[in-house]
Amino acid sequence: MDTRLRAILPDQQLLKFYEQMTLCREFEESCAEQYTKGHITGFLHLYSGQEAVAVGATAGLHPDDYILSAYREHPQAIVRGADPKVVMAELFGKATGLCKGKGGSMHLFEPELAFMGGYAIVGGQFPIAVGLAFASKYRREDRISVCFFGDGAVNQGNFHEGLNWARLWELPVLFICENNFYGIGTEVRRSSALADIHKRTCGYDIPSEKVDGMDVIAVYQAVKHAAEWVSGHGRPYLIEAVTYRFRGHSMSDPGRYRSPAEVELWKERDPIPNFARRLIDEGIATEDTLACMRAKAAVLVEEAVKFAEESPWPEDDEVCNDVYAPVGEEVCPWLK
Amino acid sequence: MPARNMVQALNLALREEMERDDRVVVLGEDVGKDGGVFRITDGLLERFGEERVMDTPLAESAIVGTAIGMSLYGLRPVAEIQFMGFIYPAFDQIFSHAARMRNRSRGRFSCPLVIRTPYGAGIKAPELHEESTEAFFCHMPGIKVVVPSGPSMAKGLLASAIRDPDPVVFLEPTRLYRLVKEEVPDGDYTIPIGQARVVREGSAITAIAWGSMLERTVRALEDFDAEIIDLLTLSPFDSETILRSVDKTGRVVIVHEAPRTCGFGAELAATIAEEAILSLRGPVLRVTGPDVPVPLAKLVDHYLPGAARIRAAVEELLRY
Repeated sequence: MDTRLRAILPDQQLLKFYEQMTLCREFEESCAEQYTKGHITGFLHLYSGQEAVAVGATAGLHPDDYILSAYREHPQAIVRGADPKVVMAELFGKATGLCKGKGGSMHLFEPELAFMGGYAIVGGQFPIAVGLAFASKYRREDRISVCFFGDGAVNQGNFHEGLNWARLWELPVLFICENNFYGIGTEVRRSSALADIHKRTCGYDIPSEKVDGMDVIAVYQAVKHAAEWVSGHGRPYLIEAVTYRFRGHSMSDPGRYRSPAEVELWKERDPIPNFARRLIDEGIATEDTLACMRAKAAVLVEEAVKFAEESPWPEDDEVCNDVYAPVGEEVCPWLK
Repeated sequence: MPARNMVQALNLALREEMERDDRVVVLGEDVGKDGGVFRITDGLLERFGEERVMDTPLAESAIVGTAIGMSLYGLRPVAEIQFMGFIYPAFDQIFSHAARMRNRSRGRFSCPLVIRTPYGAGIKAPELHEESTEAFFCHMPGIKVVVPSGPSMAKGLLASAIRDPDPVVFLEPTRLYRLVKEEVPDGDYTIPIGQARVVREGSAITAIAWGSMLERTVRALEDFDAEIIDLLTLSPFDSETILRSVDKTGRVVIVHEAPRTCGFGAELAATIAEEAILSLRGPVLRVTGPDVPVPLAKLVDHYLPGAARIRAAVEELLRY
């Protein structure tokens, strides 16, 4: 099999992967800085290290497919098409934010992009993804439901209830586990009787596979294939993407449960410079082109921060809005 | 108009709403082939097929979670939780997600779903099969809580709940399922959510009740000049009707079967104290279940507010 990048995707798409991963990293590192400055408050879970999963997976999906994720989801929303400015403003809690400054870091939503939410409750999204898949099937739509989750979620009842249900009713759900080996500070082997997460689907007769989550191309190929399989068979599938977060669980986590040597080992596998090397080695990009893309990403993120800083706070009376539907309101007006 | 019991009325509401709107689907444990343990969904599978009437795994969290997913993208699921005591595994989905989708997404998502469940004591079953923990759900901004008190109320309110854009917890007083028959209209018949009903006018005292306690309160106070209010919707509740009545009578007794501490009566009493203190001639009294799990069979008669306790509270108030 030809494993050269050009045999897999056109140059433009390959460069886009690099551009998106770089933007995600810049965005998250900037969030860390804004958190330190007190512009972002609460809890902030950063994605740095896992970019190949969001970028590769999103590219393997159809734009109409529903995406649900957990609480480390800023890059997933951005790669899906959300404007970094609007995402940053949301993290700041500003009125111009994606959810008008009320959802915050863990609850990004964008119905126009079929981005059906970040979920702060670990595993809360499983049955909701199943219900969306049902709605799709019921409405005779050819969209699948894609449910991202972490390794920590697989011991929640909702994981098992969701998998059983999706298979039982033959629903098009693609489950994507981002296994970064730690649920906060507890290593997956200390929390799961069977730490090979993809093997846990055997109890539900759901096919699954493991993929290198530090390799954007491997993720892209696996997700594209799996999404087509799910759509074609109308049945669930699970991918375990093995990855690593370079930062702590959240900004308040010093990460003492991991040895510096372990972190360094994984940083050598950083998906961004490794992919850059492949692009250069195969003559798809020069170091200059990539440096230029990195600079562009930095500018986009700077603009996002500026936009967030300059945006207004929500009005005080907004606090009581959006709890119940206004009388006579049409539900889901954006629904075609 | 044909006379129907509450089971028949609820079944009719489901049937008519499903005929009216193909986005309405029904799911829950044993709701299909078995027709539901209380037979509320009887015959729906035969009429609407497996795609719209779905037997689910025994997994309450997933029943509600799946219904949330269905509703997020435009369906109108009606999920049955077999008994109110079985709803607690689904608490997370109700409180963490269904109740908050609209707020979290700043009004762009809605969860037009109904969670129906048998509610309340009086069928000689023990705890978990006779729960009345409605106050939990009233404490969840974003959730509406509805409790019918008879067959026609049940039909009209369930139709409204299914058409409502927000998530509704619909509590069906189990004791009333087959207790009485009354005339229940066919066809497009709704009762607005959020409105209480003055069942009987009076001028000496206001009695507020809901669910199966209403019928008990009405009977207990036959010989009193009491204005009796059937609350029907607990969240958001109709404070206007209550305050108008309190203004007239100056005396209030609240009857609920749920345990006393932090029961919904406390919220009503607080509201009356805040809004109508100058109209009151005496304290707001509550006649409630004690702070214990619901007991079995014989003791339940002692647990539930009975006519004697309701009358005693009213007599006490009338001395003011």
